[in-house]
Amino acid sequence: MPKPLVKSGAEIDGYTIGECVHAGGMATLWSVIHPGIDVPLLMKIPRVSEGEDPAAIVSFEMEMMILPRLAGPHVPSCFGTGDFAHQAYVVIERISGTTLYKRLADLPLPYDEARQLVARIATGLADLHRQNVIHHDIKPSSIMFRESGEAVLIDYGLSHHNHLPDLLQEEFRLPYGTAPYMAPERLSGVRDDPRSDLFSLGVLLYFFTTGERPFGEGETLRAMRRRLWRDPHPPRGLRADYPPWLQEVVLRCLEIEPVRRYPTASQLAFDLTHPDQIRLTMRSERLKRDPLSVAWRRRFNQGVMAPRAKSDVAAQIASSPIVAVALDTAEGEPELNEALRVTTERILATLPSARLACLNVLKLNRIAIDRTLDEQGSNKHIDRLVALRHWATPLKLDESRLSAHVLEAVDPAAAILEFCEVNHVDHVILGARQTSFRRTLLGSVSAKVASEAACTVTVVRPPRMAADGGEEAG
Amino acid sequence: MLLAVFSDIHGNRQAFEACLKVARARGAERFILLGDFVGYGADPEWVVDTAMELVAQGAIAVRGNHDQAVNSSAETMNAEAQVAIEWTRGRLDTAQRRFLAELPMVVEDGDRLFVHSEASSPRSWHYVRSTADAAKSLIATPAHVTFCGHIHRPAIYSMSVTAKMSGLVPKTDVSVPLLRGRQWLAVLGSVGQPRDSDPSAAFVLFDTVSCLITYCRAPYDVETAANRIRENGLPHWLADRLSQGR
Repeated sequence: MPKPLVKSGAEIDGYTIGECVHAGGMATLWSVIHPGIDVPLLMKIPRVSEGEDPAAIVSFEMEMMILPRLAGPHVPSCFGTGDFAHQAYVVIERISGTTLYKRLADLPLPYDEARQLVARIATGLADLHRQNVIHHDIKPSSIMFRESGEAVLIDYGLSHHNHLPDLLQEEFRLPYGTAPYMAPERLSGVRDDPRSDLFSLGVLLYFFTTGERPFGEGETLRAMRRRLWRDPHPPRGLRADYPPWLQEVVLRCLEIEPVRRYPTASQLAFDLTHPDQIRLTMRSERLKRDPLSVAWRRRFNQGVMAPRAKSDVAAQIASSPIVAVALDTAEGEPELNEALRVTTERILATLPSARLACLNVLKLNRIAIDRTLDEQGSNKHIDRLVALRHWATPLKLDESRLSAHVLEAVDPAAAILEFCEVNHVDHVILGARQTSFRRTLLGSVSAKVASEAACTVTVVRPPRMAADGGEEAG
Repeated sequence: MLLAVFSDIHGNRQAFEACLKVARARGAERFILLGDFVGYGADPEWVVDTAMELVAQGAIAVRGNHDQAVNSSAETMNAEAQVAIEWTRGRLDTAQRRFLAELPMVVEDGDRLFVHSEASSPRSWHYVRSTADAAKSLIATPAHVTFCGHIHRPAIYSMSVTAKMSGLVPKTDVSVPLLRGRQWLAVLGSVGQPRDSDPSAAFVLFDTVSCLITYCRAPYDVETAANRIRENGLPHWLADRLSQGR
């Protein structure tokens, strides 16, 4: 293959080459300009000359296939590609600022800063997974942030697109990627499980909060294989003040079996956004690794792992939605709350990895100054939380799948809509109020949520009474 | 240019009509027919006449094993296919039979190659069942993209310059870029007798400029096609399998 003739001032397909911004092992990055495109651009050109790593070509082909079909704020916009028949390149938006790699000098970060940082990355990752792409190289140098705050995931050379040929699958017998961040199942050649990215993000969160990498920096296959059976030191063993909720999140991400991690990046983002709602398990308490006997049992039982069918990323994400149910525990009608529970139960029955957020709106008075304490002096907020959890008890959900939230707002519909938006809720269930007097007076919450929500909305009514003609949508 | 590629129509008028309609609506500019116009289905005359018209208007057509069997009893087939072919032979007139007999085995068009079964030995009617089969076909041609059918199950294979293979079962309506710099084998599903558990008729759209390939499905009136098979005294299994897509 001829050596590419790229230099400053040259022109390729209408793009004028500027300065070389970065020269990496696999590719070089050039700033370019194009008439009619007024955002800063980068042209990425693979190293394809004699003696270069063949991985450079294949991973570049993957980027050429994947980048043009990604959209949204969490990926760099792609403006064009050129193929290997002439001059291979991709032109992408140049994100200002630096990658997260620059923060390595500041580690460990304050817990809350790391929490917010990783929550933003998890939100970006969820967006990527929804587009059927698994990144497979989540690490500080693949992550940037827009000025508006969104995490941007860059570098798709090792990625897997669930609907496109996976050129890397067959190309390399050994797993390809960044050793300290690589999920254990990648060592067995699994490339279609989005939870591999959650493992890598767990490594990053561990590293950013302890200053140490959970599996060291070992690059050898032997060193990497250890993570198939040896669990990392619990962070609380390294830092005495490590918050239990944070250890719960980190160790859940770092579970060896993907099925024991968070089912989706959205659910991880949800927990990081609501640390007070995280259900603490044994994980949060641990100070030491599993005893050697347990680790050795894992080590010598690896052959018995059942072979797996190819996973369908979209189906996996669809089976693990965030469902929110909004109910009125204070003044709501008991029949309606019961009907809401029956509907919620039916929806959750088909979705074993779904999580449920129970919402209640504590209505604030528009004029008077609200008091957190009611006449009897008890805390309204806490009372409502207790009532929500009580309502959810018959659902018999594992605590890690359940959370309760009291939203304080003047406009209940707006509060529910905002919660759904911020938390990437996939499905919201709420009741239609039956008393028409209140509805006429207050306006319909369910109608507003149903018409304005970005997600699926189910409006529930209690079963009709025989003599009752039923109500229109409440 | 947007190509619409059809394979294994097998005398199924309802399925072929539905595909042509969808392909035209989606802007197809040129039609490619990958053979097996007849066999199994009850409307071989209409299908062959339509193919002759399309070819007269510039379509490309190649020969399939069932097309060959109409004119030669040397082709070995399973019992049901044999019954259907003998029935078909009696239905076609001389002009229709000559059209099938004169179809080329392989057509090259620019850097694309069209063949019914696979490119390494088109007359042997080998099935492409695995990446190893696909590799044999890809090594036999310098074409950037080879289009074939015969197995009635969609797949996309590719071979890198270092002869590394990859395979994919394409998802309906998701376009896949067939990158230059490597070779591709696009295996089509069947128009008239799908066998991938989806009874709808399968075809492919390919954009010669962007090199995007899109596997498409056209739902059609399966009941009528199946009844036509039963009414004409053909083996009932040939009718039953249509609604199951196998």
